[in-house]
Amino acid sequence: MSSHSGAVCLDEARRVAIFGGTHGNEMSGVTLVNLWTKNGAEIQRKRVESKPFITNPKAVEKCTRYVDTDLNRAFTAENLSATGGDDLPYEVQRAQEINRIFGPKGSPEAYDVIFDLHNTTSNMGCTLILESSKDHFNLQMMNYIKKAITPASCLVLLNEHPLLKYSTSRSVAKHPIGLEVGPQPQGVLRSNIFEAMRVILKLALDFIELFNEGMEFPPCTVEVFRVSERVDYPRDANGNIIAMVHPNLQDCDWEPLNPGDPMFQTFDGKTIHYQGSGTVYPTFINEAAYYEKQQAFVTTRRETLVASAIRKA
Amino acid sequence: MEHVFLPPLSRVAVCGGTHGNEMSGVYMVREMQRQKLEAVTTVLSNPRAVDACRRYIDTDLNRCFPDELLNAPITDSSPYELRRAHELNAQLGPKGSDAAMDLVVDLHNTTANMGLCFIFYSKDWLTLHIYKYIQSKMASVPLRVIQLDIPISEAYSLESVGKHGFAIEVGPQPTGVLRADIYNMMKEALDLTIEWLQKFNSGSTFEGGEVEAYVRLESVDYPRDPKTGEITAAIHPQLQDNDFKLLRRGDPIFQSFSGETLKHKGEELYPFFVNECAYYEKKVAFLLARKVTLTFPSISLKRD
Repeated sequence: MSSHSGAVCLDEARRVAIFGGTHGNEMSGVTLVNLWTKNGAEIQRKRVESKPFITNPKAVEKCTRYVDTDLNRAFTAENLSATGGDDLPYEVQRAQEINRIFGPKGSPEAYDVIFDLHNTTSNMGCTLILESSKDHFNLQMMNYIKKAITPASCLVLLNEHPLLKYSTSRSVAKHPIGLEVGPQPQGVLRSNIFEAMRVILKLALDFIELFNEGMEFPPCTVEVFRVSERVDYPRDANGNIIAMVHPNLQDCDWEPLNPGDPMFQTFDGKTIHYQGSGTVYPTFINEAAYYEKQQAFVTTRRETLVASAIRKA
Repeated sequence: MEHVFLPPLSRVAVCGGTHGNEMSGVYMVREMQRQKLEAVTTVLSNPRAVDACRRYIDTDLNRCFPDELLNAPITDSSPYELRRAHELNAQLGPKGSDAAMDLVVDLHNTTANMGLCFIFYSKDWLTLHIYKYIQSKMASVPLRVIQLDIPISEAYSLESVGKHGFAIEVGPQPTGVLRADIYNMMKEALDLTIEWLQKFNSGSTFEGGEVEAYVRLESVDYPRDPKTGEITAAIHPQLQDNDFKLLRRGDPIFQSFSGETLKHKGEELYPFFVNECAYYEKKVAFLLARKVTLTFPSISLKRD
């Protein structure tokens, strides 16, 4: 549906949720949501209802990523319709509850926007995570944020990969946005990381307010890093890790990795080189939570997406 | 200068995984076990915590070694780590006895930006010899020694079980993460420790002297909400990552969530363990130390 000016007309984004504690030991989101639950002045915007929400309270209480299973992988159709009540894993019960409050996923009643706040032990800086290359509202928001924080940077990770994409808490909303800020150890609250996430979120809400007031955003291009491949640690026959992320790759998220570049280092100092066919841009390098998911880093390819002009219907 | 003669330091233990999510030590011990090194006994201190990749299961293992806990009987309701402490005391100790290991080295990581640190209890100047030796060989690495001024009977950590002992603490590294640069630093320190022991046991004399050390004095907690106990501020950006940089009166230490700066009001001291994740629950935002000069005698092997 387009207007005569060529802009895509979208519904007002009135219902906005801010999720923290989807992983209970990622402290920026937990702290921000608790802060805004007590005093939400900072997240108030005209024509916007913003709801801060702790998605995994038991994990937050124990300061652990999850209790039974990763909540941020739990929003599959199978889980959301599973029966079993209290016998279900805690996070599956939580997913159903969140789907009731903020969804149902895929329906017209679902929340317009959900921001899901995360930290990573990887040196990713501020990263916005996009689940669809066709979400023009999200692309325009990300463009707005990137321009507003210049010269500081905020990169966009697109995970639309049919095998590697996963069912996130935020996927319940029409416009899901992941906000990933690192590096920060689990269980630690770093002031600079906390304040960076706070700034990004406030800009995102500013965008929504402008959109809801009727501002038209002209077409724009957005550079994204599209998830390509998961790379695991070298392991022995028993599944034990036999090499570490190489010092030359460690902390080099978003920098080009060329065929032949050092990738892993064994415990006795030997180098294992990247054998891919072309240059890739690795990210989520040495994320603590991904050891058990068999991921040392994920490769991405740079792409420029075009976002249509948008305005409120 | 005073010269002390010591018997051979032949029974040495290297422990990792005392905290199950401090990965350098876990992998170091696994590697040493895989290589079947004979010179040294290797111990994975807290196997259940290592499996779960958690600091501990019931209680912090590295607080289970004061005499009063080691002497208390184990019952059915004893926490896992207390049982483990008794097992480790039997294997590497008993603490205070002649049967104890000559040297226990315990491997740790911290989320604080502490570089490479040796931590020891005040009576044990043997650590200072090893520290001085490593200092001469690893000149480009941030290396420091921290003294805990606590009598051995009250010493609460694993390395106090040996006749001599120290912890090697390397940071910053997040829990659950294995960084190559941190691992390599710890490995070099451990290799040099073993090299020193070989030299000592072969009859070398090591000159005594002086070293600069940090003596732990006190801890500072986060500002907290009086009703809920929740923290209301984060370590200030000017203190964050500045372990061992002198903290003066008036220097910023916390930044509240509402933007206020809280300042240091006490005497000039050196902060360390700044923003260590395991210390939130111990109500410690950072520790403070005084810098001192410690002197220690020359040593060589006592030959019968």
